[in-house]
Amino acid sequence: MSAAKHHSGWNREEMARRVAADIPDGAYVNLGIGIPELVAQFVPAGREVIFQTENGLLGMGPAPTPGAEDPELINAGKKAVTALPGAAYFHHADSFAMIRGGHIDICVLGAMQVSAQGDLANWSTGESDAIPAVGGAMDLVAGVKQICIVTEHTTKTGEPKIVTACTYPLTGKAVVDRIYTNLAIIDVTADGLAVTALAPGVSFDDVQEKTGATLLDHTQHKPARQSLASVGENI
Amino acid sequence: MIDKRASSAAVAVAAVHDGATVMIGGFGEAGSPIELIHALIDHGARNLTVVTNNTGSGQVGLAALIANGQVGKMLCSYPRSANSTVFPELYRQGKIQLELVPQGTLAERIRAGGAGIPAFFTATSVGTVLAKGKEQRSFADRDYVMEYGLRADFALVKAEKADRHGNLIYNKTARNFGPIMCMAAATTIVQVKELVEAGGLDPEEIVTPGIFVNRVVVVPHPAQESQLVKEGRCYP
Repeated sequence: MSAAKHHSGWNREEMARRVAADIPDGAYVNLGIGIPELVAQFVPAGREVIFQTENGLLGMGPAPTPGAEDPELINAGKKAVTALPGAAYFHHADSFAMIRGGHIDICVLGAMQVSAQGDLANWSTGESDAIPAVGGAMDLVAGVKQICIVTEHTTKTGEPKIVTACTYPLTGKAVVDRIYTNLAIIDVTADGLAVTALAPGVSFDDVQEKTGATLLDHTQHKPARQSLASVGENI
Repeated sequence: MIDKRASSAAVAVAAVHDGATVMIGGFGEAGSPIELIHALIDHGARNLTVVTNNTGSGQVGLAALIANGQVGKMLCSYPRSANSTVFPELYRQGKIQLELVPQGTLAERIRAGGAGIPAFFTATSVGTVLAKGKEQRSFADRDYVMEYGLRADFALVKAEKADRHGNLIYNKTARNFGPIMCMAAATTIVQVKELVEAGGLDPEEIVTPGIFVNRVVVVPHPAQESQLVKEGRCYP
């Protein structure tokens, strides 16, 4: 019998739950592919959050029951979804007018790297044989009011993803507002990266050790971090 | 009398010439006009510049058009996806050109082209490699890059229903690039599942007014790309 595995930090579902907890009632939200997709299932009871998918649907619901998939009703990751009561379909220019025109409140994306200034790299490794593919990522970070990143704190090989300067090609400069990782929640502030919450069993020093940029400890601030809506009002 | 009905997909695409710029609707398989694309493969026009979001999957539809050597250049936002091998191989061999365009910029370039706007400024891609070499200006202390409107010789679009005037309605997220591509092409060719009499579509619900449409072909039971890929089908 193997020894019980040491567990600290948040798993993917817990990370998504922390993001969902910070999304206010009435928000219009766009979710990226991967961990961000999980956020929709953790919207706290009593809040109505409208999810937009950039391929042309506002009011996106969960995946349909097996057998009820419609190949003409999909999300940006090309997976089958449903449309909730009150949903609307629209073409791509309208969809990106919502995004680029500042009408979407919050976007939750994955990341390859985030810098201390809030620069984001999440679309390309820049390798010469890679097929470049950007999709809507650059539009989302340029136009959505608040950009939240949800990601593992380090790469699979343990390299920091939060760094002083991104080495991968940028998606946008100074665009990230908040980072949710398996270890902590970190706000991008004018003073630098501020840790506002730590996952269970994780210390500030643990997070600093796995981060490529200097962190500030705001965990004792009251409140440690603002709701996403009020963060946006300050921008 | 206005009657935009074409008797077949082959007749509808017959005027596509070598070297034409062709916009092709669809986001993945949703809204991809697969029968019109297959007719274009049969037709054989070459050295096409194709404007579309993705690069197709398997060996059917858009991927088959590329595999058939008919496309010299692609403008798209996301040229790779599951079951997408044709474009990546040709791209790595240097046999096809790519202009990578952020998805919202692609949509707005098409919309602008259709609306007679030659260029516009956007914050998208500022500070990234995709802004390199582009004119930049600041408005109210924010930087923007200039992007050009896009027009095409032809657009191939899939819609749900049409009338003989070319008024269109779409189905769910298959709408995507269809309405703006209809506006941006000199000749817009649309495949629909159903044709109705003039007056059969509620004017309040028409998404694309017929002025933007030139030919309509009825394909009552369009093939589904993912199904063809699953069956291992290859076109032609």
